[in-house]
Amino acid sequence: MKNMNRKKVLIVDDDIDSLNQLSMYMQKMGFEVVSADSEKEGEQLINQHKPDLAIFDLMMDNKDSGFILSYKFKKKYPDVPVIIATAVSSETGILFELNSEEEKKWIKADLYLEKSIRYDQLKEHIQKLLNL
Amino acid sequence: MTTLKVLIVDDEPGIRSGISRILQNYTVDFPFAEEPFQYESIEAATGEEALQYIDNENIDIILLDNKLPGIQGVEVLQYINEKNIDTYVMMITSYASLDLAIKATKNGAYNFVPKPFTPNELKSAIEGITKYLYLRRMTNKLNEENRKTRFQFLSVLSHELKSPLNAIEGYLRIMQDRQVGNNLDDYENMILRSLERIRSMRTLISDLLDLTKIESGGKKRQINKVDLVHIAQLAIDNMLPLASQQNIKIYLDSSKTEIYLNADASEMEIVLNNLLSNAIKYNKPNGSVYCSIKDEPQQVVIEVKDTGIGMSAEDISKLFQEFVRIRNEKTKSITGTGLGLSIVKKLINEYYNGQIKVSSEVDKGSTFIIEIPKN
Repeated sequence: MKNMNRKKVLIVDDDIDSLNQLSMYMQKMGFEVVSADSEKEGEQLINQHKPDLAIFDLMMDNKDSGFILSYKFKKKYPDVPVIIATAVSSETGILFELNSEEEKKWIKADLYLEKSIRYDQLKEHIQKLLNL
Repeated sequence: MTTLKVLIVDDEPGIRSGISRILQNYTVDFPFAEEPFQYESIEAATGEEALQYIDNENIDIILLDNKLPGIQGVEVLQYINEKNIDTYVMMITSYASLDLAIKATKNGAYNFVPKPFTPNELKSAIEGITKYLYLRRMTNKLNEENRKTRFQFLSVLSHELKSPLNAIEGYLRIMQDRQVGNNLDDYENMILRSLERIRSMRTLISDLLDLTKIESGGKKRQINKVDLVHIAQLAIDNMLPLASQQNIKIYLDSSKTEIYLNADASEMEIVLNNLLSNAIKYNKPNGSVYCSIKDEPQQVVIEVKDTGIGMSAEDISKLFQEFVRIRNEKTKSITGTGLGLSIVKKLINEYYNGQIKVSSEVDKGSTFIIEIPKN
């Protein structure tokens, strides 16, 4: 995937293992990876880098850290796609209260992904998201 | 001052205005309520008119005559019952028969006031229904809060249980796909990380079991005369391997060589293990942990003091919540479940009527003091 070279991805996840694995996959896909392991550090990186894609873990310092980061990120870079990765499956509905339209409007992610997603599926999603 | 809306339903104008007048300057105060209650009256001459008010105003209390020109009081009551409206009804009637009483009570009337009544009779009936209303609403609110807390607990728990599984699964897939080649040595770090996640998940499960045992009260407790000094010494022995990794010294000091308390030995072990392991984990290399047990006339005091990284006042305020772990640059590499201190607090508060206190200074260390009354 040579055409993906030099594209930059920002990954924020407080689970070191999940951050390592995701970084490894993204590098394999040809991305340059910028990463942080807390909401606070992630916020600093948002101000320093304009990536081509951002992936945020949902529960970090706060239960909704991922939402907060994606809100701030979209405010700065409205055109850059954001993926929220979570360990808790969304269909169980037990984590987020994404019930009202109001909340959906506020939460500005382009895609939700299960953390247990396979590498090839992740790649497919990302290619679609970036029109590659 | 809380204002309760009282709907007076009676076809006699004199009764309605009489009741309004009595309620106008009447207030009720309970020692357990935050503020006193006052009343705002709304009058309705018929059942039909009453239904309008019930639908459109948030009526708290209804004084309801049964004998009305159109629909009867009991039918108004049925309407409230069917629509599950949060309002409390008192029947006022001169035709109080046993029959009516049964029918009204079945439909949720709180009580009866026979006509004619004196102002004082009305006031004491209002006081009674207000107390009932207040307690019912507080109970509902508490139940709702409990449900929410439980729900939050479960969502965080499922996150905490799934994260290590995802991490381990991720590493296994990387290995399965030979992502970094065929040399097993190149996967060494992933194997170590997987084992570490399994180890911390095991701790989480055992903490969780402790917590559920306490919460369900299902655990068989064995209350005996136990020697806290002995238990502390055992707990310290357990911790020595962990402490020596960072060259941390643990000191035990007690006012007597043996200090007895009526307690469950395994619960005291949980308490001491948690406090000591925190004092080690959040310490600095070459630091110290001082554990002291004092036998006082009314209580036993356990104190665990460390020379570690300490906490801010804000951190302390969050410390005993379930799954809360203080996160900052210094605690980043420290593993834990975030359940230890909430378990300790639950045990000490609920089983021993005791208290846990914390004082701390950033970069100097923290002190945890547990006071357990002797019965």
